[in-house]
Amino acid sequence: MIRLALFVPLALFIGLSALLLLGLDKDPTELPSALVGEKFPSFTLIALDEEQGMLSEKDLIGEVALVNVWATWCYACRIEHPMLNQLNEQGVKVIGLNYKDERGSAKKWLDLRGDPYAFSIFDVRGSLGLDLGVYGAPETYLIDATGVIRHRRVGVVDERIWTNEFQDLYAQLKEESQ
Amino acid sequence: MKICLLLLSAALSGFVFATSELVEFSDPSYRARYQQLITELRCPKCQNQNLADSNSPISRDLRNEVQRLLEDGLSNQEIETYLTNRYSAFILYRPEVNKNTYLLWVSPLIILLVGGLVVARFSRQGVSATKSQEIAPDSDERLNDLLSDEEDG
Repeated sequence: MIRLALFVPLALFIGLSALLLLGLDKDPTELPSALVGEKFPSFTLIALDEEQGMLSEKDLIGEVALVNVWATWCYACRIEHPMLNQLNEQGVKVIGLNYKDERGSAKKWLDLRGDPYAFSIFDVRGSLGLDLGVYGAPETYLIDATGVIRHRRVGVVDERIWTNEFQDLYAQLKEESQ
Repeated sequence: MKICLLLLSAALSGFVFATSELVEFSDPSYRARYQQLITELRCPKCQNQNLADSNSPISRDLRNEVQRLLEDGLSNQEIETYLTNRYSAFILYRPEVNKNTYLLWVSPLIILLVGGLVVARFSRQGVSATKSQEIAPDSDERLNDLLSDEEDG
């Protein structure tokens, strides 16, 4: 009995090591999402293209869509942009949230790289970004037809991320909405 | 001593930086609460910095937000709830006690208890071990025997 008790520290050590080893696989820069399963926060902001007028959360309802947080100062957005163009061509509705940006350069960016967005919300002070808990562009939210956030990705959405995280859920939501 | 001072100044430099930013309040009592909140709230973008220490844009925005909410008359609790609703409990350096965090809160106590038990046990064993080590009167003889055996072999 006493002999067995001698192995207790070893067992504890192995247990702790296993726990910490599992922790190594986690990405520490990834925050747990506070808004998945919640309604998209309400807002009233002007569109990046002024002619489209004022936008609100009601403009997001009715169709499954991606809401993509982007800015011209965001280097990774540059890398992500072709993927968004491609998704748009595939028929995915993409809505832009132009975050703390300058209108002129944002418009120029879209002229230069193509505009995958159905429309872009112009959040110059970052108020909607704050309500969404945005902490780094690009960020992408998948919202269902009723305007509820179903998935969030912080960082670039590329082919792999789309296939692994979005595709199935998108297809499922699309089916539900019909 | 010098190293201690150096470490201390390094540890405090963050607070110096934090106060270098000029923040105006309508009520002076807000200042202390503001300082407390921004040292207890964690920057969501940085790995391990509070809002006071970080000069990332998001931290600046959140400091402004804390200031605005204070001026709006919200309590500290309400401000923390407001921010966790957006940025999740990640941003709290002092997490609430709930079913997700109680293990975190009680684990130091458990470890202390287990450690105390282990120490108590081993120290008692130590006392009895020294007693049994008193040299038996015929040990010299036996030792010599053993040594000569070895030499022969």
